[in-house]
Amino acid sequence: MSEFLQHLINMLVLGGTYALLGIGLTLIFGIMNVVNFTHGVLYTFGAYIMFIVVQQLGINFFLALPLAVVAGWLLGAAIELTLLRPLRGSDIDTTMLVMIGAWIAMQSGALWIWGGVAKSVATPFPEAPLVLGPVSVSWLRLFVLAAAAMLIVVTYLLINRTKLGCAMRATFQDQDTASLMGVNVDLIYTSTFAIGSSLAAAAGALLGPVYVIFPQMGDLAAVKAFAIVILGGLGNITGAVIGGFILALAEELGAGYVSSGYRDAMGFLIIIAVLIFKPTGLFARSERVG
Amino acid sequence: MKSGVAILTVVAFASVPLWLRDPYLMNALITTGIFIIGAMSLNLLLGFTGQLSLGHIAFFGIGAYVSALTSLGFDVGLPFGLRIVHVPWPPIVGFVLAIVIAGLCGYLVGLLSFRVRGAYFVIVTISFAEVVRLVALNWVELTQGPLALTNIPSITIGLPGLGDLTLRTKLQNYYLVLSVAVVTYLLISRLVHSHFGRAMRGLMENETLAVSVGIDVTKTLTLAAVISAGIAGAAGSLYAHYIRIIDPEVFAFINTVTMVIMVITGGKGSLAGPVVGGMIFGLLPVFLRPIMAPEAQWIAYGGVLIVILFVLPRGIVPSLAQRFAKPRSRAETVAPVAFAERDAKEHA
Amino acid sequence: MTAIALQVEQVAVHFGGLVALSDMTFTVGEGEIVSLIGPNGAGKTTAFNVVTGFLDPTHGAVSYRGTALNGLKPHQIADLGLIRTFQRTSVFPNDTVYDNLLVGLHRQGRVSLLEAILGLPRARSSRRRLRERASELVEWVGLERRAHDLAGSLSYGEQRLVGVALALAAEPSMLLLDEPVSGMNASETHTFVQLVRNIRDRGVTILLVEHDMPMVMSVSDRIVVLNYGRIIAEGSPDVIRNDPAVIEAYLGQGAARA
Repeated sequence: MSEFLQHLINMLVLGGTYALLGIGLTLIFGIMNVVNFTHGVLYTFGAYIMFIVVQQLGINFFLALPLAVVAGWLLGAAIELTLLRPLRGSDIDTTMLVMIGAWIAMQSGALWIWGGVAKSVATPFPEAPLVLGPVSVSWLRLFVLAAAAMLIVVTYLLINRTKLGCAMRATFQDQDTASLMGVNVDLIYTSTFAIGSSLAAAAGALLGPVYVIFPQMGDLAAVKAFAIVILGGLGNITGAVIGGFILALAEELGAGYVSSGYRDAMGFLIIIAVLIFKPTGLFARSERVG
Repeated sequence: MKSGVAILTVVAFASVPLWLRDPYLMNALITTGIFIIGAMSLNLLLGFTGQLSLGHIAFFGIGAYVSALTSLGFDVGLPFGLRIVHVPWPPIVGFVLAIVIAGLCGYLVGLLSFRVRGAYFVIVTISFAEVVRLVALNWVELTQGPLALTNIPSITIGLPGLGDLTLRTKLQNYYLVLSVAVVTYLLISRLVHSHFGRAMRGLMENETLAVSVGIDVTKTLTLAAVISAGIAGAAGSLYAHYIRIIDPEVFAFINTVTMVIMVITGGKGSLAGPVVGGMIFGLLPVFLRPIMAPEAQWIAYGGVLIVILFVLPRGIVPSLAQRFAKPRSRAETVAPVAFAERDAKEHA
Repeated sequence: MTAIALQVEQVAVHFGGLVALSDMTFTVGEGEIVSLIGPNGAGKTTAFNVVTGFLDPTHGAVSYRGTALNGLKPHQIADLGLIRTFQRTSVFPNDTVYDNLLVGLHRQGRVSLLEAILGLPRARSSRRRLRERASELVEWVGLERRAHDLAGSLSYGEQRLVGVALALAAEPSMLLLDEPVSGMNASETHTFVQLVRNIRDRGVTILLVEHDMPMVMSVSDRIVVLNYGRIIAEGSPDVIRNDPAVIEAYLGQGAARA
């Protein structure tokens, strides 16, 4: 029983960060209809920013996090402006392949610059975990959960309570009408991609210190992000949040009770199963942002 | 005219071992040839059917493992206390089985592609390949996991009256790979020019219209997937018996990307495209190795893919064909090389 | 009494709460040219899509020569000999006119895939016959000069002709034309009417959906008029021309012009 509770705690922590990943991608995939293969790289990028800022520049951990988010935002905007905007209107295959090219180039860049040896980031939290009865959780993980939750709330408010968010939702529903209503669609696309990328970077910045940092870490993150988006429905933020927790739960239970080697396979299996049996996702209401 | 060029090319390739003595380059040529066969099979799906299957390496790897395990033998336990023991069979049987089983997997993927289209299809195929990789990594009893299957026997061909010929040397493997590549090229060429090829093309160009004249989407896509997967499986088998060691890294996504870059750069939807793209990206790493680390090379390859998609989206071969073809239409797009060439042959 | 080719029985189509078609019943006899007309929003396109298998009716049944079409996939309906054309995207734009027709000939003279791959004589002679047929069809619709141009580069009206030739390539016993002359000028329309008559003279039953009243009046044996999803009139062009319900539905505009 206590083992189950422990899995539950782990699931909450993991689920929160997965939710961030998923929300980021569902915004991009949902609003822009771009199969964003660079999402995983942004995750890796966020983690490496933490490494540079905390380990190499010696800056405070808590300051480094917003820096990583902003850096992710900037990189995302750069990608959108240089690669996606010129391709607007091309067929989806071309965009996908360009994203793959960018992924390969950037990941190889990370490998070239930092090498394949895993890096770790020192955190300002005490080593000893917080013990609550039969379960224990490290302070770092608690912080991650809190930070993730906060970011989810902020994103939710952004999408549902701000003018920008309103414009994003309008563009998602009908791009042409939105632009006729005065929405600057170009700006919305760049903003969406930047926001989505910053969320991925945030997830990487949060999880990087928990585990270790290496150039290919984003690959699995990317697939999990896709699994969450497919689970929750395209453009559906709430679905992405729930999907994130479902994936985390599946991974925890799978690793705990089946085999740890197949832990990462959970994401893939979910994708395949959902697409075969219920392609619109678990949450069948019409897809929309928010 | 085209067949003249083709024959010359084959003769040129066949003559290479007569003057090339460097075993390192020979090795590069052989593995390049194997990847070209894989790229040709990917082109069948990507270029002629319009299905972006990014899990293609799964068929290659499955072919490699099936062939290796068939010729090595194995002893595994299954659920419910069952145990399967397989004694080693001749590698040539492994080759055939690799094609069959990879083709079967292709069938499953084909069925899936009918239900799940576009971006989702891409994601599913990637997932499929990753699941296969994880199985290869974790089912250690069967696959030896990361410790790899080693000492895979070379292919042995029985020559009537002359006894068995074991293809162990680079020279022998070179000609084996060349033969399989030529056969593959001919097979795909015939397929593309047949009524089936027209069905594939119709589906790719305008599915609703194709369906209205009686083209069966499921059957066409599935058959294309089966043939494509089978060819990839054959390539995987050749790889296993040449390199003679196979580990789960054969399923790495980067290998699919390699084939994709070969096809896109060379020209998807053209028969010669994968060959040209394959030669470039198979041999470039060999020549760049002394001056550029592999990671740096891959930064460049990623960049090349992007640049090609922006500047030369149809790839090298179709763009060259367009440059030299008779001006026949005011429209910007020109039919892919396979059809343009055939028209030139018949109506010249 | 001509045999019945197409039988549409009490077909209704509901999109949620919206009733697009209600209780539509009519037949098309073998060798007839029947036109389906009606004001915008009358349900013509919906009806057309039901009959061609691109939309499943909520109620009712459609059958062709006795075979029920409900639940059949579009390519299976094509196999029965029912071929339709499209108003938009009626061609394969990146192929030549000639190659377009070859795709349409896909079902004809089929040899097994193995024979095709091995290049056996049967496969090669079949290919030759198909190529001849494609040439015939190109001439038949009057597009010989453009046979080797890309279909996407042709004018709108010419693309329609290619679309019809493509449909003919599939050897239909019944041809369903979706607004075939929309976008055509007067002389193109005139040529097209001739074409339709020629097609019918070769024994093909024809059902068409159209807005162009003069064209419909001149080419049809019978006309079925839809309004608000139900049939309000049916008969020969003369009958329809004078039918008060039809005149009222069109507010006198279309019928007065005809």
